[in-house]
Amino acid sequence: MRINILAAVLASAGLFSGPAQAQTEIQWWHSMGGALGEKLNEVAGNFNASQKEYKINAVFKGSYPESMTAAIAAFRAGGAPHILQVFEVGTATMMGAKGAIVPITKVMADAKEPFDPKAYLPAVAGYYTDSKGNMLSFPFNSSTILFYINKDAFKKAGLDPEKAPKTWKEFAIAAGKLKASGQSCVYTTSWPSWMHIENFSAWHDVPIGTKQNGMGGMDAEFTINSPLHVRHISMLADFAKNGWFTYAGRTNQGDAKFSSGECAMFTGSSGAQAGIKKAAKFEWSVNFMPYHDDVKGAPQNSIIGGASLWVMGGKKPAEYKGVAKFMAYLSKPEVQMEWHTATGYVPITMVSYDMTRKSGFYDKNPGADMAVKQLNNKAPTANSKGLRFGNFVQGREVIEEELEAIFAGKKDAKAGLDEAVKRGNEILRKFQAANK
Amino acid sequence: MEKRVVFRSAWIPYALLAPQILVTVVFFFLPAFQAVWFSFQLQDAFGLNTEFVGLQNFAELFRDSRYLESFKVTALFSVLVAFFGLVISLVLATMADRVLRGALAYKTLLIWPYAVAPAIAGVLWAFLFAPSIGIITYVLKGMGIDWNWIIHGDQAMLLVVIASVWKQISYNFLFFLAGLQSIPKSLIEAAAIDGAGPVRRFWTIVFPLLSPTTFFLLVVNIVYAFFDTFGVIDATTQGGPAQATQILVYKVYHDGVKSADLGGSSAQSVVLMLIVIVLTVVQFRFVERKVNY
Repeated sequence: MRINILAAVLASAGLFSGPAQAQTEIQWWHSMGGALGEKLNEVAGNFNASQKEYKINAVFKGSYPESMTAAIAAFRAGGAPHILQVFEVGTATMMGAKGAIVPITKVMADAKEPFDPKAYLPAVAGYYTDSKGNMLSFPFNSSTILFYINKDAFKKAGLDPEKAPKTWKEFAIAAGKLKASGQSCVYTTSWPSWMHIENFSAWHDVPIGTKQNGMGGMDAEFTINSPLHVRHISMLADFAKNGWFTYAGRTNQGDAKFSSGECAMFTGSSGAQAGIKKAAKFEWSVNFMPYHDDVKGAPQNSIIGGASLWVMGGKKPAEYKGVAKFMAYLSKPEVQMEWHTATGYVPITMVSYDMTRKSGFYDKNPGADMAVKQLNNKAPTANSKGLRFGNFVQGREVIEEELEAIFAGKKDAKAGLDEAVKRGNEILRKFQAANK
Repeated sequence: MEKRVVFRSAWIPYALLAPQILVTVVFFFLPAFQAVWFSFQLQDAFGLNTEFVGLQNFAELFRDSRYLESFKVTALFSVLVAFFGLVISLVLATMADRVLRGALAYKTLLIWPYAVAPAIAGVLWAFLFAPSIGIITYVLKGMGIDWNWIIHGDQAMLLVVIASVWKQISYNFLFFLAGLQSIPKSLIEAAAIDGAGPVRRFWTIVFPLLSPTTFFLLVVNIVYAFFDTFGVIDATTQGGPAQATQILVYKVYHDGVKSADLGGSSAQSVVLMLIVIVLTVVQFRFVERKVNY
């Protein structure tokens, strides 16, 4: 007992006798768990070691929706962090909260730190830029969705393992053969809405919503019940009926079904590669998403997922200086290349992409540049620049609920997507009314 | 016989009650009033724009077919949980009451699940029934059943009911056992001498004498199904698939916390508050009268 008290006294004395330097602390709330979190801490630690004035304090706040919720609650109580990592579907909510955030371009200009929004890949920058051309948040971790195949399963089914299906027609032929070869799960997907609605639309150059997918104004409406969308989703529903498509869930549950060998084909985040590399006991390859070859303009380019860093409002000028310094540090090509190669996220500036290519990383890791190639497949159109819908966290869930009803055979594709549009538009109108 | 304690000083009872009252006010009454206040407002996520909209949130709520669907889901869920929770634990309690040797071991094992947090109970069952790796899934697949609660709503419902019932059985068991042991043995013996078999003894003597316990547990179990099963659902289905397990209290959390729609979510909690008040009044006013104390 006495030892405990002694230890406590010593510990508290240690707390108070720490270095008395006036370091400005900057809070950074993020959602990078596991290996990603370790890498993120390393990046923050390197910045802290590179100078003495500022200290980045990186705090893991749970999943993307959780850390966003935590920051909103903290903002209401007056204790928001300086920097908040927000996932892509939360972008419109953050943009709508004009008093709560400071645009990244303003933060950098005020601190006279160099910042060039044009250095970023167009598919990345477009996502975080407002209709007047101002970049509002700092792109940090971006990914896109890719198509993975199990080469061993292809061989077993008598298919050429070097030829992954390019179109949905070829996909259907391969699926039939895989099923016939005794494959219990032929195809699954992670992030069903991101893949089969959002990226599907961009890849086929059709709008997800009016007003350039919501980027042109808050009065946008969803258009995901177009004939092409209905055709695609009812094709998937048929696949599900044939036993060619196994639904895995709304987030990344599909990853494990592929890496365990249960499913032979899989669409999932480009960021899933690290996990698959570790777990898979079979040969696999990563490819572009399949497309419908009779659609004009397809394949276009895919859109990103992932997150960006938002600077919250109401802080001291000295602290904003530190934020700007940190963002400038994050913009360095070598820092970006390190983050890209260690995590599997897309290199988000052209310079860091070139740098990584020259380093020979892609020769050693085939497929690692597939995501950036797919994002850059063509110059983005109004339909493939990205999307910006108010409260899309909820909107995406509505879409997923309707997809679940369709895949379970409870609704046909047309009825489900009509309902998704109707309910989605209600959410948009409510957001519009609350963010006048 | 007068059992009441009489305090000599006037303020001591109030002082003794004060901490409890303070906790109740801070953690129950204030948030409840805030919910009522918010339910009349339209707010953006960050609370930057607030507009008084009267009853608009409520009007929208009852226009929303999803919300009405959630009522049905809640009714089905709580009836299933309360029914199976009570029946299974009553059977177990009657069995345990007869055990002579090793009774303590049986009782301990049966009470054990009560110490498990709802979220952990949920995860436990979710693992057993996991679509790819679950042991029970493996057996079910072997029997030719297409088990995947990620997409089949009725299977998801079954999963959350099993997890919630399993968790609640211990509690019910304890009360039923105590109720059984307080029934005078002489009554049962007298009936036995008169030639009543075990089944008849149970239905004519034990069950009526247990009815106060049963009634109390019915109330507790319905309240449990309404509110305390949140952890089970959040840890397993999160209301899915396609809202098949979206009970009212989960929808409040989902719309308010996850979707940042405070007005709509507050309106839902006000409705929920009213439901619970009505339910309690009805149960105590009408059902209690028919109970044989």
